[in-house]
Amino acid sequence: ANSVVSPCRYLLYVSGDFVKVYSVNTEETLRLIGGHADLVTGIQLNPHNHMQLYSCSLDGTIKLWDFMDGIPIKTFTVGTKLLALYTLASAEDSVFVVIPKKGERDTFQLVSVKLTKGVGQDLEGKELSVVLDGVGSSMKHIAFGREGAYVVSVKDVNLQVYFFKRKLLNRFSLSTVKTKGGDNRFSCVVCHPKEDCIATGHADGKIRLWRNFHHKKEYTYSTLHWHHDIVMDLAFTMEGTRLLSGGVESVLVQWHNESSCQKDFLPRLGSPIEYISMASDGVLCCTLHTDNRISIINSNLRFSRSIQGLIKSRDVKTGLVVDPRTKALVLNGEPGHLQFYSLQSDQQLFSLDIVQRQYIHQAGLKQSDLVKVAFSARGTWLATVEESEEVTDPELQLKLWLYNEEIQSFELNTRINTPHDNHITDMCFRDMDELGDDSLILVTTGRDCVFKVWVMVEDTDPEAQQSVSWSCDFVGSYHNYQATNCCFSEDGSLLAVSFEETVTVWDSLTWDLKCTFCHPPGNIRNICFGRLTCSKYLIGATDYGFLCCWNLLTCALEWSAHLNVVVLQPDPLSEHIAAVSWLSKESSLFVFKPNEPWPIYIQRNLCKEKILLAAFVPRDEPEIASSGKYLWLRKSQLFFLTDTQELMTLSTTSLEERLTPSSKQLAVEESLPVTPFSLLLGKHRRQQAQEDTDPGKLVVHNKQEQASPAVKELLHTPAHVLPSASFLCTIFINSLLISKENKSAEEVADEVEMESEKAEDDSDEEDVTAMEQEDTSHMELLGEMTCNLSKSQEKELRKIRKMDYSWISAL
Amino acid sequence: MAAYKPVVVQACPKLGERITQDTLYWRGYKTPVQIKEFGAINKIDFSPVPPYNYAVTASSRIHIYGRYSQEPIKTFSRFRDAAYCATYRDDGRLLVAGSEDGSICLFDVSGKAPLRQFEGHTKPVHLVGFLSDKYRVFSGGDDYSSNLWDIPSATEIISYSEHTDYVRCGCASKVNADVFITGSYDHTAKLFDARTKSSVMTIEHGHPVESVLLFPSGGLLVSAGGRYVKVWDVLKGGQLLVSLKNHHKTVTCLCLNSSGQRLLSGSLDRQVKIYSTTSYKVVHSFNYATSILSLALSPEDETIVVGMTNGVLNVKHRKPEEKIENSQKKRQPAYRTYVKGRTYMPKQEDFCVSKPVKRVLRKYDKLLRSFQSSKALDAVMEPPIMLHTPEVTVAVMQELHRRGTLRSALAGRDEKQVNLLLTFVARRVIEPRFTPVLVTVADMITDIYQPVVGQSAVVDKQFLKLQQAIGKEIDYQEELLEVLGMMDTLFATFTKKRDTCLEDNKSNGVTEIIETNRNY
Repeated sequence: ANSVVSPCRYLLYVSGDFVKVYSVNTEETLRLIGGHADLVTGIQLNPHNHMQLYSCSLDGTIKLWDFMDGIPIKTFTVGTKLLALYTLASAEDSVFVVIPKKGERDTFQLVSVKLTKGVGQDLEGKELSVVLDGVGSSMKHIAFGREGAYVVSVKDVNLQVYFFKRKLLNRFSLSTVKTKGGDNRFSCVVCHPKEDCIATGHADGKIRLWRNFHHKKEYTYSTLHWHHDIVMDLAFTMEGTRLLSGGVESVLVQWHNESSCQKDFLPRLGSPIEYISMASDGVLCCTLHTDNRISIINSNLRFSRSIQGLIKSRDVKTGLVVDPRTKALVLNGEPGHLQFYSLQSDQQLFSLDIVQRQYIHQAGLKQSDLVKVAFSARGTWLATVEESEEVTDPELQLKLWLYNEEIQSFELNTRINTPHDNHITDMCFRDMDELGDDSLILVTTGRDCVFKVWVMVEDTDPEAQQSVSWSCDFVGSYHNYQATNCCFSEDGSLLAVSFEETVTVWDSLTWDLKCTFCHPPGNIRNICFGRLTCSKYLIGATDYGFLCCWNLLTCALEWSAHLNVVVLQPDPLSEHIAAVSWLSKESSLFVFKPNEPWPIYIQRNLCKEKILLAAFVPRDEPEIASSGKYLWLRKSQLFFLTDTQELMTLSTTSLEERLTPSSKQLAVEESLPVTPFSLLLGKHRRQQAQEDTDPGKLVVHNKQEQASPAVKELLHTPAHVLPSASFLCTIFINSLLISKENKSAEEVADEVEMESEKAEDDSDEEDVTAMEQEDTSHMELLGEMTCNLSKSQEKELRKIRKMDYSWISAL
Repeated sequence: MAAYKPVVVQACPKLGERITQDTLYWRGYKTPVQIKEFGAINKIDFSPVPPYNYAVTASSRIHIYGRYSQEPIKTFSRFRDAAYCATYRDDGRLLVAGSEDGSICLFDVSGKAPLRQFEGHTKPVHLVGFLSDKYRVFSGGDDYSSNLWDIPSATEIISYSEHTDYVRCGCASKVNADVFITGSYDHTAKLFDARTKSSVMTIEHGHPVESVLLFPSGGLLVSAGGRYVKVWDVLKGGQLLVSLKNHHKTVTCLCLNSSGQRLLSGSLDRQVKIYSTTSYKVVHSFNYATSILSLALSPEDETIVVGMTNGVLNVKHRKPEEKIENSQKKRQPAYRTYVKGRTYMPKQEDFCVSKPVKRVLRKYDKLLRSFQSSKALDAVMEPPIMLHTPEVTVAVMQELHRRGTLRSALAGRDEKQVNLLLTFVARRVIEPRFTPVLVTVADMITDIYQPVVGQSAVVDKQFLKLQQAIGKEIDYQEELLEVLGMMDTLFATFTKKRDTCLEDNKSNGVTEIIETNRNY
């Protein structure tokens, strides 16, 4: 993904198949531009019109967008994969793209595409002329020089400069002899915007500034060296006075002058910098990081803000956990951090620092990272386990965090060094809603063949800083087998711990061993208790490919199935259990109830990747319109994480249906005036005008009718775009005044309309009723008739559109 | 963007004894003075008037010591045989003592010869004391009798022979001049009223009573005997309030501190325990070299005197209270400098420029932030840090190890610094909280400085010290493992028994259920 900052304070960035428009001022994602069928590989602003954007994609098309409105203007079909895109102000009707060379693998060429000026949206862009051959596939390997006079391409240790006017190609190459500092291959290239100067970054951390490259022999270069590892990207400021560079150190370096080695640093940006992009007015600069984050940086090298999606960490060791408080998905984030990721808004809510140590980006260091996370039932307690990456003698820490209402975050309560002698394999809290937090019990299982029970201890000493702390209460073991999983029954009375091949069931009051189950051969991979009506069952999956269900009352095997279960996930709100199997390179999903040996839902070939983790996330409100097949998804939604770090969900509705609400909302936004401010202003003026002309009933009606949306707007608009409070005050007070009239039906209807437009998941029936109400109410008042009619017409049109969609999906 | 995170120094909770007000108070004594007496010391009594001399009864002599004197300032040695229980009168002018031959002698503190001699006991008298009216003396002897004597006439007023064994201890009530208590080896303590012919109250202690004590209010009675110290409510007719079992040998003496808030008990197990009289919990304890026979505390708790079975008198004086240092403080900026501008409310059109909060970093953190490993290690190798906060040094070492730069930080040091490092490692490597880190540090130091071993005597000595420390620790661990093994066998036998019991119970339960079912 790369990014472009447009001068009017919009940040455009690529996210998968989409381009997102982000407002730097309001810190909100304004628009999602989608239309490409494959990954978008490059975006560039149209040099002749700054409100237009070129984008190219792997699907072989170049599209020209009006990004303010999200409307595609033109589509040029090239036909081959497009890997990078460049635009030039001097080349008026052509753009440059990198395409793979026909017939040869792994060789790429830079071609210019003539954009024909035809009528209509879809055009052919087949007029290709090769500019350079044998270029790198990355966007960073090609740069265009001052005013488009030349183009520079780097690959391995070779640098080529092609002068358009003179049709001259100069090649330079560095010595291939590996120096002490490592290899000196090129990693990126940029050109000075005002002078004939090329800056190149190298894999050994050096930056070279090339001059006099018009001559084949008398070229010169100077070296800047600070980075200890590969220079990931370079960027010149608008005037070319300063050079920015970034790499794996996650430090943004600003070089002032090539002769003096004066430089500024912006350290600790969080993760390695992949791309650096300057705004066209030079006020802002943004850096893209490897962990799916964009940092926006001021021109004086001050960190301003960041846009954070779901952080891709190398290995999600913690599993997918749902925070009971925020319903956010919790998993490994930045190294040593826990990210709380909101599924509704696709945003990171916050990142909790667990390890609390300075992270040093250096290869070969043994970093300690988070491996286990557990929440108590109400989300007041959080237990985390961190360990260093050493295999034999891991440095373990168990930390318990208490949620502090005042600071709205978790605070460290207890830290236990080396809770186990070997890796901790599983951890769970005893969830007992009715008993409160006093009876909380934490169980950890370890490879040191024991499981430990941790309880809260009240400190009676009044001088102690905190009233509760945790300490070990019981250590259990079974025949010196490694403990692998643990699980509490729903009422908290039983604890199941699996020791290699055996599942042991313990009484949680006396810690006596009650009974054991096993299904040899094969170690137990997952265990869970049934819930609600099925609470007498214990489900276990073995790595020998069996799914077993034991009855706890008879202590006998109820049923077993031959299934290679990778993930076993019970739904916390119903008795359903989801099992994901991995067989012959495809994952399949089975949903079943423990009391019946046959699944109620099977989805074969869910995806090609191996699914590693799954989580049920409770829905805010149960879904009503779900068909019988998806009845088990009513209360909660199922999310998967694959081994390629992709988060997936199982949706009850088809893709078209899900897209409609969002497009509907987009349409609503389009119909709105530009800013809420002008909306308010307009209303205010209109009101005044009406008050001046015709006093009486009508005015009162009008005022009330418009006041409530006005207040809504007032409350939902970011504070910094609102006019001053003294100005808004009168409108606000007016809107709060109770009129002598009763609430008219009209107003109610209007409110319904507002809500139906706002809500995303509205069904068609509701729309119809809203419209009917509207129609009847409009009979009473003729003044607003024309305006409303157009609205209802629009609605009808939209409805027709929707019906069309459903018809297609039915096909 | 994250700020630099300082090194986390792991605070380790102090294990073992908790520091309380009591421990601080009772620790405030100087190192004891030891005085050798001729025999076992059976009684120590402080004069109730200044200068608080104390009488020590040992063998056939009574020595009177001044507050700070190591030599007796006076000696009464007119006993043919062993003397017992020299006790001061309330005004501190008379002293009474029993003796092996059954006679009781009354001395003037300033005189030498006895003023009075009370003859009547046929066996040794181990207990004598003044009643609080100052004119009568009570006594208890090995002839099972407790007598009351009149001082002016030197005659016996009354004799009670209710005990059935030796009477060895007793005390008089400070509130009522007629009441005194005697404790006997017949496992009872009896309360006598001089106005009646027989004892008023009998308390069953359950063990031979070695010492009794009445609280100044007269309401509570403490008795010691066997391993128990028991507290009785006299006003409720001798009800047992609490039974304390904190010693593991016979408790021989009791004593209250001057405020009456703490109770001290000395025992043959060489310990003095101090209890709070509100909670009856042990708040502190002293250890002594040999078994304790007698114990006394001077008014204002200035001196603790303990007498041992081997005739050693152990005297501890309280340290003079440290003078509060009122050294001139560094002149600080005036108050108005702090409040200047704090109350200013910004107007609507004002721009607020917030000053970033300055974060104060420790020196080693600053150096670590700029990746100067060697200097960071230097910063935590300063003696004050190494001595008082070793956890900081270890935390920085751990951080360096995590960064992979510990080896280079340790290398290239001169003799003095290596000496300093090795001293630290040898001293702290056996502390469990530091062991994992310091073992790697020690490994690295030996690796790095192996080629130069033998060039410096100082460093070589430190290496040997380190070796010794580790060898000792290994021996210690081996022993611990042995003990653990022994305990495991013990526990194993215990659990087996319990299991069988449980099974019995279970079967019983089942049969019961069956029976109840039949009944239905």
